Amino acid sequence: MTQPMIHSDKDANGVCLRISGELLTKSLASVEQAFAAVQPQGGDITFDLSQVEALDTGGAWLIADLARRNRAVGAQVRFEGLSPAQSALLDTVAKNIPDDPGIEAVHRSFIDWVASVGQRTAGAWKDTLSVLGFLGLTLHRLARTIVKPWRLRQAALVSQMEETGFRAIPIVALMGFLIGVVLAFQGATQLKQFGAEIFVVELISISVLRELGILLTAIIVAGRSGSAFTASIGSMKVQEEIDAMRTLGLDPIEVLVIPRVVALLIMLPILGFIADMAALIGGGLMSWIDLGISPGMFVTRLKESTGIWHFAIGMIKAPFFAVVIGVIACWQAMQVKGSAQSVGQRTTASVVQSIFMVIALDALFSIFFSVLEV
Amino acid sequence: MDGSVLEKTSETGAQREAVIRVRNLTNQFGSQVVHQNLNLDVWRGEVLGIVGGSGTGKSVLLRTIVGLNTPAAGSIEVLGVDVLNGPEQERRRIERHWGVAFQDGALFSSLTVLQNVMAPLREHTGLSEKLMCALGNLKISLVGLPALSCGKFPSELSGGMRKRAALARALSLDPEIVFLDEPTAGLDPIGAAAYDELIGELQHALGLTVFMVTHDLDSLYAICDRVAVLAEKRVLVEGPIEEMTKVDHPWVQEYFTGPRARAAQEKG
Repeated sequence: MTQPMIHSDKDANGVCLRISGELLTKSLASVEQAFAAVQPQGGDITFDLSQVEALDTGGAWLIADLARRNRAVGAQVRFEGLSPAQSALLDTVAKNIPDDPGIEAVHRSFIDWVASVGQRTAGAWKDTLSVLGFLGLTLHRLARTIVKPWRLRQAALVSQMEETGFRAIPIVALMGFLIGVVLAFQGATQLKQFGAEIFVVELISISVLRELGILLTAIIVAGRSGSAFTASIGSMKVQEEIDAMRTLGLDPIEVLVIPRVVALLIMLPILGFIADMAALIGGGLMSWIDLGISPGMFVTRLKESTGIWHFAIGMIKAPFFAVVIGVIACWQAMQVKGSAQSVGQRTTASVVQSIFMVIALDALFSIFFSVLEV
Repeated sequence: MDGSVLEKTSETGAQREAVIRVRNLTNQFGSQVVHQNLNLDVWRGEVLGIVGGSGTGKSVLLRTIVGLNTPAAGSIEVLGVDVLNGPEQERRRIERHWGVAFQDGALFSSLTVLQNVMAPLREHTGLSEKLMCALGNLKISLVGLPALSCGKFPSELSGGMRKRAALARALSLDPEIVFLDEPTAGLDPIGAAAYDELIGELQHALGLTVFMVTHDLDSLYAICDRVAVLAEKRVLVEGPIEEMTKVDHPWVQEYFTGPRARAAQEKG
C-alpha cells in the first residue's frame, strides 16, 4: 500500500497539484492536514491525478473539496490523468457535497447540561400528575376486576405470580435469615453490656415484623420485578405492540398492568411473611449460639412480649408497597419512547423511584401508626 | 487480490473474480435443515439478487456470509479470506471491506443519523472530527437524504428514510461489497424505484459488488445483473433474469412468469 501524498508545483500555467498513492478513507488520516493546508491562490490550478492508485469517496471528497474551494475564489480547475471510473466517482461526489454542510456533530456543552436540568425539573411536575393519573386508572381497572373477576387474565396472572413471587422466595428467605442473624449479633453485643441479653428477642421480632421484613422484601421486589416490568412492557412499547393492542380493542392496562399488580398484591405479603419467618429463625439461631438463649426460651419470650399488632402492621403495608411498585414500573414502561436507550433509562428510573417511594411510604406509615399508638 | 479466484466465463471469455465463494454450506437449526450443500459465487462488480420463498433461508445465507451465524458445515471465502476458519486478524480486516444494511435499518437508536454514519469512521480511521463529519454528510447526501435529517434520531425517521440511512452507514467505510436485506420491502413504489436507481448509481460510481436479498421483482429487473434462486435447501438456479423463465421448476415458473413478473418485465 502506498501512502497518499500531495505535492504542489508552480509552473508557467499556474499551480499544479500532484496527488499520488492510495486515496482511501482508511489511509486519509496522514494526508488530511496537507489537503487542508493548501490555500487557494486564485490562480489557475491543475490537479495531476495520474499517480493516484486507488480512489474512494473519502479521497474523492478531499479532491472535490479542494477544487470547490479554489473555484470559490475564481480559479480555473482542471483534472488530469484520471481513469473514467475515477472521474465518474469524482463527479458523483462533487455533485453530492451539500452546499449547506448540514448539522455538525452534536457536542454536549455546559449550557446543554443546564438546559437539561431545567427540562427535567419542569418534567418532574408533569410526571407526578401523569403517574397519579395512571394510579387512578389502574385502581379503576382493579375495582372493575373485582366486580367482574372473569375479566382477569388468569394465565398471565399465574405466570406473573410465579415470576415475581415464587422465584423470589430463595433470595427473600436468604435475605431475611441474614437480617435476623445481623440483628441478633449486633443486638447481643450491645445488650450484653447491660446484662439485658433476653431483650434481643424483642429487638429482633419488633424491628423485623414491623419494619425491616416487609421493607427489605419490597426493595428486593422493586429491584427484581419492577425492573422486569419496565423492561418488558417498555420493549413492547418500542415494538409498537402496545399500539397494536389498542387497535385490537385490548386495553393495555387490563392486559398488562392488572395481572402484574394483582400478582404483586398477592405475592408481596407472602414474600414478606417468608422474610419475617426467615429473620426470626436466623435471629433465634444466632441468639442460641451467641447468647445461649434456647429456641424454646426464644419462642416463649416471643409469644409473651411481641403483640400480634407488630406483625399486622408489617403485613398491612405490603399491599400498598405492591401497588406502588407495580404502578411506578408500568407507568415508566408506558413512557418509553422508541429507542433501546429509552428502555434502559426508564428501567433505572423505575427501580430508583419505586424504592424511594416504598421508603417514603414506610416513613409515612411509621408516623401514622405512632399517632394511632399501636 | 491474492488467493481469490479468477475464472473464465464461457460466453465472453473475459476473466471474472469471485469476491464471495460459498462451498457446500449446510445450515441447521435443531432438526430443521435450512441449507444443504449450498454453493454460490458472487462476482466482482455485479448486483446479485437472492430470491426464494419465505423460509428458504435467504436472510440466513446473508447472515452466515457476514459471520453472524455459524454454519454446521461448509466453507465461505470473501475476498480470498476464509471467514469461518481463517485467522482472527484476517477476518477482522475483511469486515471493513463490506457493509451491511439490515432490513429495518438496525440504526443505533441512541445516536443521530449523522453519528450513526460516522460511527464506523470513528472506530476504524484516524480522521479528524471535521473530515469525518464532512464524509458523513457526503454519504447522507449520496443516499438521497435531506441535510436536515442528519441531526435526527432513527425513531424520528420514516421507514424509507431509515433504510437510506442504513445504506449510508453501510457505505461509510467505502466497502467493496454491500449486503442488502430486503432493501425495498415496505417502501412505496416510487420510493422503491428511487432506491433501486440509487443502488444502481452507487454501484456504478463506487464500483460496488451488491449482494441483495429481495422479493421485489421490479428491483430484480431494474438493477440485478444476476439472480440466484434459493429452493430445496440450495441455490436451485442462478443466472441473468431473462433466463429464469426458461427454468423448468414449478416455483421458479410461478415466480418469474406470474402476473406481477410480467408487469415488472414490461417496466424493466
